[in-house]
Amino acid sequence: MSNETLLMQNGSAALKPGYADHAADALRGLRQSGDAVDFQVEHHHDVAATIQLGFWIYLMSDCLLFSGLFATYAVLHGHTAGGPSGAQLFDLPSVLTETMFLLFSSFTCGLATLAMNANNRNATVGWLGVTFLLGAGFVTMEVREFAHMVAIGAGPSHSAFLSSFFTLVATHGLHVTCGLIFMVVMMVAVLRKGLTETNRARLNCLSLFWHFLDIIWVGVFSLVYLFGVAH
Amino acid sequence: MRNFWSRFCRLLPLAATALLAGCHGALLHPAGPIGMAERSIIYTATGLMLVVVAPVIVLVVLVAWHYRASNTKARYEPEWSHSTRIEVVMWSIPVVIVSILGVIAWRSSHKLDPFRHIASPAQPIHVEAVAMDWKWLFIYPDLHIASVNEVAMPVGVPVVFHITSATVMNSFFIPRLGSQIYAMANMQTSDNLVASRTGTFRGISANFSGDGFSGMTFKAVSMSPADFKQWVAKASASSQHLDAAQYVALDKPSENVPVTYYSQVMPNLFEQILAGKFRSGQLLASASAPASARGSK
Amino acid sequence: MFGKLTLSAIPFNVPIVMGAVAFMVLCVIGVLAAITYLGKWKYLWTEWLTSVDHKKIGIMYMILAFIMLLRGFADAIMMRSQQALSYGSNMGYLPPEHFDQVFSAHGTIMIFFMAMPFIIGLMNCILPLQIGARDVAFPLLNNFSFWLTAAGAVLVNVSLAIGNFSRAGWLAYPPLSELHFSPGVGVDYYIWALQISGIGTTLTGVNFIATILKMRAPGMTMTRMPVFVWASLCASVLIVVAFPILTVTLGLLTMDRYLGMHFFTNSLGGDPMMYINLIWIWGHPEVYILILPLFGVFSEIVPTFSGKPLFGYASMVYATMAIAVLSMLVWLHHFFTMGAGPAVNAFYGITTMIIAVPTGVKIFNWIFTMYRGRVRFDTPMLWTIGFLITFTIGGMSGVLLAEPPADFVLHNSLFLIAHFHNVIIGGVVFGVFAGVSYWFPKITGFRLHEGLGKLAFWFWFVGFYVAFMPLYALGLMGATRRMDHYNVAAWHPLFIIAAVGAGIIALGIGTQVLQLVVTFVQREKLRDTTGDPWNGRTLEWSLPSPAPAYNFARIPIVRERDAYWDMKKRGVDLKGSTFVPIHMPRNKATGFIMAGCMFVTGFALVWQIWWLVIAGFAATVATLIRHAFDDDRDYHIGADEVRKSEALYDRVKAGSV
Repeated sequence: MSNETLLMQNGSAALKPGYADHAADALRGLRQSGDAVDFQVEHHHDVAATIQLGFWIYLMSDCLLFSGLFATYAVLHGHTAGGPSGAQLFDLPSVLTETMFLLFSSFTCGLATLAMNANNRNATVGWLGVTFLLGAGFVTMEVREFAHMVAIGAGPSHSAFLSSFFTLVATHGLHVTCGLIFMVVMMVAVLRKGLTETNRARLNCLSLFWHFLDIIWVGVFSLVYLFGVAH
Repeated sequence: MRNFWSRFCRLLPLAATALLAGCHGALLHPAGPIGMAERSIIYTATGLMLVVVAPVIVLVVLVAWHYRASNTKARYEPEWSHSTRIEVVMWSIPVVIVSILGVIAWRSSHKLDPFRHIASPAQPIHVEAVAMDWKWLFIYPDLHIASVNEVAMPVGVPVVFHITSATVMNSFFIPRLGSQIYAMANMQTSDNLVASRTGTFRGISANFSGDGFSGMTFKAVSMSPADFKQWVAKASASSQHLDAAQYVALDKPSENVPVTYYSQVMPNLFEQILAGKFRSGQLLASASAPASARGSK
Repeated sequence: MFGKLTLSAIPFNVPIVMGAVAFMVLCVIGVLAAITYLGKWKYLWTEWLTSVDHKKIGIMYMILAFIMLLRGFADAIMMRSQQALSYGSNMGYLPPEHFDQVFSAHGTIMIFFMAMPFIIGLMNCILPLQIGARDVAFPLLNNFSFWLTAAGAVLVNVSLAIGNFSRAGWLAYPPLSELHFSPGVGVDYYIWALQISGIGTTLTGVNFIATILKMRAPGMTMTRMPVFVWASLCASVLIVVAFPILTVTLGLLTMDRYLGMHFFTNSLGGDPMMYINLIWIWGHPEVYILILPLFGVFSEIVPTFSGKPLFGYASMVYATMAIAVLSMLVWLHHFFTMGAGPAVNAFYGITTMIIAVPTGVKIFNWIFTMYRGRVRFDTPMLWTIGFLITFTIGGMSGVLLAEPPADFVLHNSLFLIAHFHNVIIGGVVFGVFAGVSYWFPKITGFRLHEGLGKLAFWFWFVGFYVAFMPLYALGLMGATRRMDHYNVAAWHPLFIIAAVGAGIIALGIGTQVLQLVVTFVQREKLRDTTGDPWNGRTLEWSLPSPAPAYNFARIPIVRERDAYWDMKKRGVDLKGSTFVPIHMPRNKATGFIMAGCMFVTGFALVWQIWWLVIAGFAATVATLIRHAFDDDRDYHIGADEVRKSEALYDRVKAGSV
């Protein structure tokens, strides 16, 4: 699309594109010069920026979803109903390793973004691959932790505390899994079509999503595991 | 349209009768000081709001009618859309009314807190109320009696109700005495009521609890001390003893249950219900410690 | 193979249900047959079901909402007639297990599948036109959102025929809604219908925030936006904030019911109070999600029909934002009787009352907009005045309920029922009808029949008072909600009057159906050739009716608040001779297919048909991934085509066609 926006009235006047407020500023300038403009034929919207904004808003809604789960956990974490508590269950070194996997994957995800900005297709896909492996490692460790807890009789149906623990952590885990699927799709898309405008916009959303999950995990790690062990 | 209006006008007296009937309603004819205080809040708040609401409604109709398009004599200012003076006034009016109502809310919430004991020279009696599917069990722990769907109280003596549920959430409510409060399993709430006249008042669950909900009513009977003594004697003479087995039988869902009296109520029955000892079909071993709805365990 | 689903799930032995099912099936078969007979399948598929045009999506939302209004109202008639009958020895005609489903379905349908689709439909139809945009920010997402809402609605209605619906009330309070007390599939239908439509609503919220922030015409600064846009923005923010909490709440209940967890059970540390808090943290903002856009609608109608700008625009915007913020801080007033301390109760009571301040300011704003105006009493204005009177009364009873001690006796009573119908019918429903009658010409190209519209208003207005004033009285007489039977003689006449009122409202709805038919028959006579039938003030009226697919051939540059009024005043001519190709999104089946797969998944989850759950979910994800690789997403409407259609509109306007 043309980078210039046509402004029409009895002829034409050119004006830089942009958002409403920029146009209004420009208009003020035009009006002073006595050149009234009432409409423009084309109005360019920055699609990538709109997608990014939309994705941010979605992330905020997801953040509230987690806040609901955190609040529930905060209320119910003491309701162990005679069953095991967090301090008895959590294996901190293992969770710390898990955490490191995710934190490091956030770093490699950032490297993928840098590679994308440098127009390096192979490096982008490569770093996404590393990110994927780290993320998959995280999910695997989490599944093993869950399996272990269920095996020793501390499954989610044993107390309100365990219900809220499993649901909060598993919801995060499911998000990570969705992120992994997203990542595979993006790797295929980039390999097939290159770093197109669309793929760039989506890669930006993916990295937002991935960093967001990282932040949520920091919350889970501190509020659930660290506090859980401390109590 | 005319036809319709005449029909509407014919309905008016009917509606007026209906509203008048409402004025004889339970909430507007309380039989105790708590209900009286709550009624006076309803009156005060409504009155205060009517000071604004009534003129506003009249204003809506008057302004709309006066400035109707066909009334060319009315002033027309097609550009007028702002007046700081009017805006200040129209923000201030609701602020003033709401401030007064807010003060009332703060004070009355404390004064009429259902958990608060009623000051009285008379020694209060304690009644433990249990919401069940679908009836109310009233236990008099000090008298070792219990009754289903009837609660008796001596007139003028404050009653402290300790309330829980053996099933889903219900709400304990005697409309003519005032304040309702939820009945919740594993939790204890309380309600402090006193009747200032004798009579039989309708008691209900005010929170939907399943199929038998509509029939989950009880009689709250305020009686003279002598009558109360007799009532206690009647219950104490009951051949049905409320032991664990009897309680489990009672706990089974039933509807429109007639008034029943029990004597020799097992000690600490209420505490055990509260701790979830009898919960049918659910894990009993590790029932958690009961909590007060107020959070203090 | 079919999980819990067997033939016995169909209630053949319940004549009322089977009658309703037969009627519904006949209606569906009738519609399908008519489409086949008219040979409209392809047209329907390419132009409507897969459409990404916000105007068509809006219309589909409103059709869904109107059908659901009829369904929800049928439930209302059943409740009113049952309560009018079932006094003393007469048990009425609905046994409790049926009555309980009826009131649960009534509330669920009216809020989620009537009110929400109506307001989202109005926002879809009008909002992009008001900000001078050619579509919403994410058109395909918009189509998907609609189909998710529709899938939820269908799921609720399927429960009538296969299995049963929830008997736990419209908010499904646990522990009653837990497996132990509600072992059937009813609550599961409730959960999945709300989850699926809830995702749609959240996505709509995201979409409209992005649209309003990013798609405005040049010159339309935030403070020049029409108040309807402001109100929709606030409502969309509330959607994004509140609906995730609904998702969580229902999700946790699902965990309890499906995986034996203990969030809200009576045992093993479960805490039902948590659910009640969470559901109202969503539920109270939801009330304002419903009413705020309609405050916006009234703020458009009153200036137009008074021939004056809105009085106190800034006050109106601040009031709207204040309400949006405060609506997050009042949820506890729904359960003062739970036993929280007096300070907590008083705090939430006072925050609730504070909402009355900005709301009161709005009422004054509308009055002063009429003041020194030239008020025309067309149907939209009648609904508005009906709203101003009715809503004020409802607001008053609401503030009364915010006094905790008053609530101690009025909570859950019919007084409360009267109160929220007073604000929801008086505010939301009247507002929707005002908005629909106001924008109908813009949406369809012809005006609604005026006489029948006015008649419908009077039926509704009078019917509302006859139906609900007795409920106020009943509440004061100690009558609680959700009773299928009672023994108090004094209540009986009031219940009968209330049933008569419901009958009058039924006449109103009947008149509205007739109005739609008559309007369709007389559409040539009622055609709006001007594009501006009411002498409007905002940009949508600068367009022909109905607006072309691309909305604006030229994007107007906005200089004043009432942008189109300002243009008319300055004599701006939006005609021109230069046209360029217009970039448009292409219709796609993705939304329809994904929502369809999610519907199947939801149904399978209700009946625990696990293979179908997996298949449905996999198909949903596969459709999404396939879509990600689809690059054929947009096209251009050629300059010549635009020129031709604009020329046609010009001729229509000039009266030569």
